[in-house]
Amino acid sequence: MEPSDSSPATSNITVRRGEPLVVVKDINKHYGELHVLKNINAVVNRGEVVVVIGPSGSGKSTLCRAINRLETIDDGVITIDGVKLPEEGKELAHLRADVGMVFQAFNLFAHKTVLDNVTLGPIKVRGLSKADAEKKGLALLERVGVANQAHKMPSQLSGGQQQRVAIARALAMEPKLILLDEPTSALDPEMINEVLEVMVDLANEGMTMIVVTHEMGFARKAADRVIFMADGEIVEETSPEEFFTNPQSTRAQDFLSKILDH
Amino acid sequence: MDTLLNNLDVFVDGFALTLQVFLWAALFALILGTIVGAMRVSPVAPMRWVGTGYVNLVRNTPLTLIMFFFAFGYPKLDLPTVSYTTLAIFALGLYTATYVAETLRAGINTVPLGQAEAARAIGLTFGQSMSHILLPQAFRAVIPPMMSVFIALLKNTTVAAGFSVAEAGYIRANLSERGEPAIVVLLWVALIFILLVAVLSFVQRVLENRLKVLR
Repeated sequence: MEPSDSSPATSNITVRRGEPLVVVKDINKHYGELHVLKNINAVVNRGEVVVVIGPSGSGKSTLCRAINRLETIDDGVITIDGVKLPEEGKELAHLRADVGMVFQAFNLFAHKTVLDNVTLGPIKVRGLSKADAEKKGLALLERVGVANQAHKMPSQLSGGQQQRVAIARALAMEPKLILLDEPTSALDPEMINEVLEVMVDLANEGMTMIVVTHEMGFARKAADRVIFMADGEIVEETSPEEFFTNPQSTRAQDFLSKILDH
Repeated sequence: MDTLLNNLDVFVDGFALTLQVFLWAALFALILGTIVGAMRVSPVAPMRWVGTGYVNLVRNTPLTLIMFFFAFGYPKLDLPTVSYTTLAIFALGLYTATYVAETLRAGINTVPLGQAEAARAIGLTFGQSMSHILLPQAFRAVIPPMMSVFIALLKNTTVAAGFSVAEAGYIRANLSERGEPAIVVLLWVALIFILLVAVLSFVQRVLENRLKVLR
């Protein structure tokens, strides 16, 4: 299951397991004059962990959000598991249920307890009974290490705990893949690791993940592939080893020199 | 005091009807206003247009005129006969719903965008995100102005007195026939209204404390 272990670093993009799950084809997006996504093409396979790196304003978050259509695109096609992203409506809601999303700002439902946050989707979208959903929810909270907070409100938790609840909320839907949009960027330094540990566990369990992050440690440890974006384009796409030790483009070299020197 | 005690029957009947009109109109306004408020933030453009059109049309019409339409227009429509009281409830409800909708829309705008995104991301439909995530938080955010809307409604019920609905605003007319001094009667009516509003304010405070959303 881990071809990346046996064939380290040198091969480009060939490190792929499983069938394509997310296919992004020729997508473009503008914010007025600003061309934020320029002809993006990318494939994420089942079970693959792809880390998207790049300077701020490079379009990496926009790309991540476009995959479950929280951002619309001007042209191009995105398919998930062979299905083209539908227009806003019931079908899109169905599709989003299969795509977990973890936000930079956690976005836990502020008026609901931690447990209710995790059970809402399974009950309302998947049709589980309250008892089943709570059993499953508690197991997930246990897994991310916050089961003892189940009956508190989100605001009573630390940032790291909130983000772990957010991951549990995404997992509760049993998604085909999880999108993580800078999941540790809003956290205090001492809380980053507890969230990264949960993410590494997920990666090891074979969850398909697209992670926008600045955590190079996570990329090295858990990513099958790194996509480097700058100015709305994919500049480099390679294995983590290759990217960190032997970046090809000047923009990637420049970016890495800025963040790795410290 | 004599004015009140000697005519307690008229006061009790009047305010009983006032409360009845108020409660039904409030319920109607709350339901309709919530629907219209949600329509105004709908992703579907025609829904927004209908919501906006309704609010602009009805909110910009004086309540007295709306009452006129119902009291004199409706009976001409050859529809089932309905009491003036029911018509007054509809008129007040339709009118107040516009304020409920606008107050609620303000509330929806206070809910961080991320809440709606998270709701959509777990696969809730627009209606589900509204009813489970956005509206509950919006209502909590606008309890004080929402109560003001209902306090205004309570007082607006007196307009119905002009259309033969014998609620509290009608007490003076009733009692002039018994030879009671108008100014004293009106002062009593006003005082009771102040007490009723005080009750609503109390309800507001209880709700505010119990439903606070911590961020």
